[in-house]
Amino acid sequence: MAEKIINSMKTEFSAKSVNEAFARTAVASFAAQFDPSIAVIADIKTVISEAVTNAIVHGYAGREDREACPVYIQCKITESGKLTVRIKDKGRGIEDVETAMQPLYTTDSEGERSGMGFTIMQSFTDGIKVSSKLGKGTAVTLEKRLTGR
Amino acid sequence: MEIKYEKYGEETVAFVIGEIDHHNAKAARERLDGIIDRECPVRFALDLSGVSFCDSSGLGLVMGRMKKCNSTGCSMVILNPSNAAFKILEIAGMDKIIKIERGKQNG
Ligand SMILES: Nc1ncnc2c1ncn2[C@@H]1O[C@H](COP(=O)(O)OP(=O)(O)O)[C@@H](O)[C@H]1O
Ligand SMILES: [Mg+2]
Repeated sequence: MAEKIINSMKTEFSAKSVNEAFARTAVASFAAQFDPSIAVIADIKTVISEAVTNAIVHGYAGREDREACPVYIQCKITESGKLTVRIKDKGRGIEDVETAMQPLYTTDSEGERSGMGFTIMQSFTDGIKVSSKLGKGTAVTLEKRLTGR
Repeated sequence: MEIKYEKYGEETVAFVIGEIDHHNAKAARERLDGIIDRECPVRFALDLSGVSFCDSSGLGLVMGRMKKCNSTGCSMVILNPSNAAFKILEIAGMDKIIKIERGKQNG
């Protein structure tokens, strides 16, 4: 049964690394209205940073025209205090999502990526869904309970 | 993000203060590598007590410096990681492959 949504927020920005801090702070401020614990806010900041960094680094890899590469964020909060955030890019997409989500798996060779982004997103949230299409882009949907129960 | 360092004989302690994300990891990497190259310490300690935010870019930063230290025969330790830094190190099992020291105040 779908729960009632009591608030929502959308933002769109260019795939520039300087926007990583903006993105995680914006989502954390939106979530703050439900009065989550400091630990929950810290987890939210981390997972948003992971997903947005992936869109910027991997989704739009090799792109020079970064101001023309959009990253979309959509947030919703339900009545019972569940936050859902979708982070979407229109980049290159992921060929095999299951493989990409394995711990330590990375396609980056020189940027000092650790391959732990998806593992962190999985363990710091209450749910993750990844849908991707080669040449079309990637959407990561994260769920996090804002209340104690 | 800011990086400072101090020398205690054969040991060099570098302090990372602020947020470690992909945006500022590259500058942090260059600065830390510059310090290691210049000082050639026997022991390199990375103090993470001032880290207010850390994502997996911080893991890459720590692993990369560990590799660099290993290749030059210098031993590396982590000092006083903040909650933000430790949670990320722990999830990757880094707390088992790099020495983490707490409570010791240098200087
Ligand atoms: N938005 C995205 N677009 C394209 N590829 C992606 C995206 N997000 C993740 N990937 C792929 O999944 C891999 C694993 O991601 P992650 O676990 O965050 O590790 P890392 O970012 O350190 O490589 C990446 O190396 C990349 O190949
Ligand atoms: Mg990543």
